Parts: sequence; C-alpha cells; structure tokens
Amino acid sequence: MVSFLFKRLMQSVIVMFTVALIAFSMFRFVGDPINNMVGQDTSEQERIELRERLGLNDPFLVQFGRFSLNAIQGDFGVSYKYRVPVSGMIAERMPATLELAFVAAILSLVVGIPLGVYTALKRNSFLSKMIMTTSLIGVSLPTFLTGIMLILFFGVVLRWLPTFGRGDVIELGSWSTGFLTASGLKSLILPSITLALFQLTLIMRLVRAEMLEVLRTDFVKFAKARGLPNRLVNFKHALKNTLVPVITITGLQLGSLIAFAIITESVFQWPGMGLLFIQAIADVDIPIMAAYLVLIAFFFVMINMIVDILYYAVDPRLRADNE
Amino acid sequence: MENIVEKSRIARILDSDIWHSFTRSPVAIISSIVTLIVIFSAVFAPFIAPNDPFDLVAIDIMDSSLPPAWEVEGDPRFLLGTDDQGRGILSTIMYGARISLFVGFASVIFSMIVGISLGLISGYVGGRTDAIIMRIADIQLSFPAILIALLLDGVARGLVPKEMHNDVTIYVLVFAIGISGWVQYARTVRGSTLVEKNKEYVQAARIIGIRPGTILRRHVLPNVMGPVMVIATIHLAIAIITEATLSFLGVGVPPTTPSLGTLIRIGNEYLFSGEWWITIFPGAALVILVLAVNLLGDWLRDALNPKLR
Repeated sequence: MVSFLFKRLMQSVIVMFTVALIAFSMFRFVGDPINNMVGQDTSEQERIELRERLGLNDPFLVQFGRFSLNAIQGDFGVSYKYRVPVSGMIAERMPATLELAFVAAILSLVVGIPLGVYTALKRNSFLSKMIMTTSLIGVSLPTFLTGIMLILFFGVVLRWLPTFGRGDVIELGSWSTGFLTASGLKSLILPSITLALFQLTLIMRLVRAEMLEVLRTDFVKFAKARGLPNRLVNFKHALKNTLVPVITITGLQLGSLIAFAIITESVFQWPGMGLLFIQAIADVDIPIMAAYLVLIAFFFVMINMIVDILYYAVDPRLRADNE
Repeated sequence: MENIVEKSRIARILDSDIWHSFTRSPVAIISSIVTLIVIFSAVFAPFIAPNDPFDLVAIDIMDSSLPPAWEVEGDPRFLLGTDDQGRGILSTIMYGARISLFVGFASVIFSMIVGISLGLISGYVGGRTDAIIMRIADIQLSFPAILIALLLDGVARGLVPKEMHNDVTIYVLVFAIGISGWVQYARTVRGSTLVEKNKEYVQAARIIGIRPGTILRRHVLPNVMGPVMVIATIHLAIAIITEATLSFLGVGVPPTTPSLGTLIRIGNEYLFSGEWWITIFPGAALVILVLAVNLLGDWLRDALNPKLR
C-alpha cells in the first residue's frame, strides 16, 4: 500500500512538473513578455532595465525554478490585459465554476445511475429503448448546442428561467455563493443541466453496460436460483459489482466537468474561470492561460490520485495482488 | 493483368463480411447515405447552393433576417431564411459544412499519421522509446482532448502575428485538434504491433534483411489498420464537434469564412430577438452530420468485432 501510494505520488509530481514546464515555456517564449507588459512609449533603456529587473536574462533553469516557486505560492504574475495579479482574478471566479461543476456532477450521478440500472434490468421495454435512443442523440449533441436550445426554449419562448450570469450572490468570506438566493439557484438550473447532460448519458451507458455484464455472471444466476428477492439480487449483488468502473469514470468525468465548464460558461455568460480562460485565449493573455493550465492540471492530478486510491479501497483483489 | 486484379478486388469487397453486415443494417445504410449527402452538398456547394453567400454583389440587405420560406414573411428564394446580412441560411450551411468537414478530415488524417507512426515505433522498437512515448500518451490522456485543443490553439495564436490570423487559423485548428487526438491511435497500433511483430512473416522479413522502416510500412501496417478505421470514424465525429466548439467559443475559424460552429456563434446573438433560424438550422445540420458519423462508427465497430459475429 505504501509503495503504491509513493509510486502514485511520484507520477503526479512528474505530471505537475511537465505541466509547469509547458506553462513556463508558454509564458517565456510565446511573444515577448516585456512587449506585453509595457506600453508603446517605453524607451529602449527602460525595457532593458525591466528585463534585467524581472530576471529575464537569467539562465533558463533559474527562471523556471523561480516560476515554479512562485507558482507553488499561487503567484502567476500580472495579467497583460487587466494589469492586476492573476491569482486574485482566478480566486474571485473559482467559486462560480466549482459550484456549477458540483451541481452538475450530483445531477449526472443522481439521474444517470438509476437510468442505467433501469435500462439494464428492463432491457426490452419501450421506455428503455427510448432512453437509449435519446442518449445517443445526447452524445452527438455538442454541449454548446444543448445550452442554446435550453436558452431558446426556457429563456426565450417560455421565459421561465434566467439565461445568463449567476443571479444574486452572497459573499461568505472570500467565497461568493449563489446557493443562498432564489435568483442564484434559478440561474444555476440551465447551466448545470447543460453541463450535466453529456456526463449523464455517459454514466448511464456505462452503468447499463456494466450491469448487463454482471447480470450474466454465474453468481447472479446462482443468487436468483437460491430464491433471493429480485431487488436484493439487483442492488446488493449486481449494482455493487459495477461500482469500480463507475467510480473511475465518474472521477475522471469530474475533472472534465471543470474543463467542459469553459463551454457552458461561455454560452451562459457564467462568470467562472472558464470564461476568464477563453477570453484570455482570445486576447493571448499568457499569464492567465498559464495559471489556468497549472490549476486545472492540479485538479486533474488530485482527482486521478483520489480515484486510484478509492479503486484500491473498493476492490479487494487489487490489495491481494500487491501484498 | 492489371484489370483482373482490380476486378477481383471489387468482387472481394462485395463478398466480404463487412459488406454483408452493411447490407443487413438499415442504420448503417441510412447514416452513410446521410453522410454522403452532406459531403456531396459541401463539396459541390459552389455549383448547387441556391445563392452565393460570399458574393457581395448578389447579397441584398433588403433580404436580411427573412424567416424560413414556409413562414408568413418567408421568401421562396431562401428556403431556410436569411441572416442579418441577407445571406441565405441554406447556402451558408453548405459552405460552412465545407470548412467543418475539411477541418474534420484534415485533423483526423493528421492524428492518424502522428498516432500510427508513434504507435508502430513504440510497439516495434520497445524499450525506453516505448516507455517515453507511452508516458506522454498517459499524461495527455488524463486531460480532456478539447482542453488540449483549446490550449494548443491559444498558444499557436500567440505565436502567429495578429495580421496573419485569418489566413492561418484553419491550419492552427487542424494542428490543435490533430495533436489532441493522436493517443487513441498510438495505443491501439502499439498493441497490435506487439502482437504482429512476433509473427512468422515479420520474422521472415527481418531475416532476409529488409529494413525496419520497410517492414513496418509494408508488412505490419496493413495488419493493424482494422481497429484504426473504427477509431478514425468515431474520431471524425469528435473532430467535427471540437472544431464547431472552438469556432463557437470564438477561437476557431474567423467569421469571414464561417464553419458550422461560427454560424451558430453568429446566430446565437440573434436568438433573443426571435430570429431562431439563424442558429437552429446550422445547429441541426451539425447534429445530423455528427449523429450519422457516430452511428456509422458504432456499426463499423460491431461489424469488425469478431466477438459479436
């Protein structure tokens, strides 16, 4: 167990190191940082001084070391466009993205797993077939189109729900939450459905496939032959054994929720990190891009690691192999 | 001699399992017809489009924002209505599909070339080369492809001078989407190569002194292409969606040569004024295309899977 954890940790460190290197190279070599920081009327002399002061003449490794040290402390420099520290901008927008991703994750699990179980158990019923066909369309529907259609239907035609922004937020220390106001909650509905839909279909199809696989196995047949009630067989024996792959995929999907939030946020003008990132790409605002990249990589590495450890906890066979 | 070989090849295709499975699957037939129709109308858009949306002389501002032809204020010249500049939606969709399909196919081919080469090398050479390539693949696989495409797109935009943006973005897109997709190919090809390289025909080729590059190209490659075709089909759908998404986000194809994604982005601004057709029709075209390609990929995967026969 300890050696497994150590190996896993080392792997994560290597990934983070690579990502930091990429982020730094972006910062250093895409365009001239000095040109991006100063105005047109700065003299050549001042530019040279600034270059020296920022340490841009130091060897590559020294610069990279400094960048990494600063990054660990959350300092990613100053945005080229807005002239304010990037860390502050991201911290301000992080709650919006995390709340959205959290609601979407819950939604996709709470709806996806039961639908998957249902379509596996009642494989030939009309409703199952309809759900499966709909889910195929769901997979082919790009996230931004889902958003646009929801806006058109619930926002423009029915005028039931707000279609942009977060509504009213309440500040809890440095965390701004939309969970506590009516307009905040209402604003969450459409974006979170949009974000959840793709993951939901994925989780549903996965649970269904795994359930079908497990239902064919001998121990389930035997449990049925023993006369155990169907409910017990289906949920205690079958569903439990589908959980390992479901946990893995769900964990990985949690990461991609944060990434896909970029699209959802831009459709709904949701003031989160994704919207900040996409604007940064359009403006070639490298410090924001670098900071976002490192942060997202960190999320992903953490999630992957937790998933691997959970895997270990859920499946006793893995433990037996290693000891 | 040449003729006989050609003939038997067609006969072989008509007699193959794939063809049999194709003729028995209505889904596969319908989706391939749909795909072919879209490809046809995209390729021949300049000849069959009802009006030319990029000919500034032909566009009339008086025709702007017309609803589809079947609505009260519709105009029979514009079946699916017009946008704010008086361009027929049906025609812009045809021209847009051209760009979407070009980026889709080009980036799939790019991914294939990169992925297959690295996969072949990784599997055949083994050792440290293999370890390095597969580690990179692992790292890349732990991030969603769309994020990588976005990032590469962003970086490449930074490297290209601003005034050249409109000319090169399409190649930047192909590069970004292509790189974001190579891992699937590399992994599959590596797996098959590991199996093939120990077979007798490869050993025989090695013994008679054929160079490794030639062995890989002439002997191993043809035998690992089956699964690659399945991945390529499904990847085409993903590539088209990715292009549309990037263009929708405003970091893809510029509005001067709009793809389906760009059209949806443009139309999205008119959604609230009730001009739904500017967005919805390009969106529908995109979904139909992607759905058809996806279904085709699904069928191909099942048809090539020996377990399901």
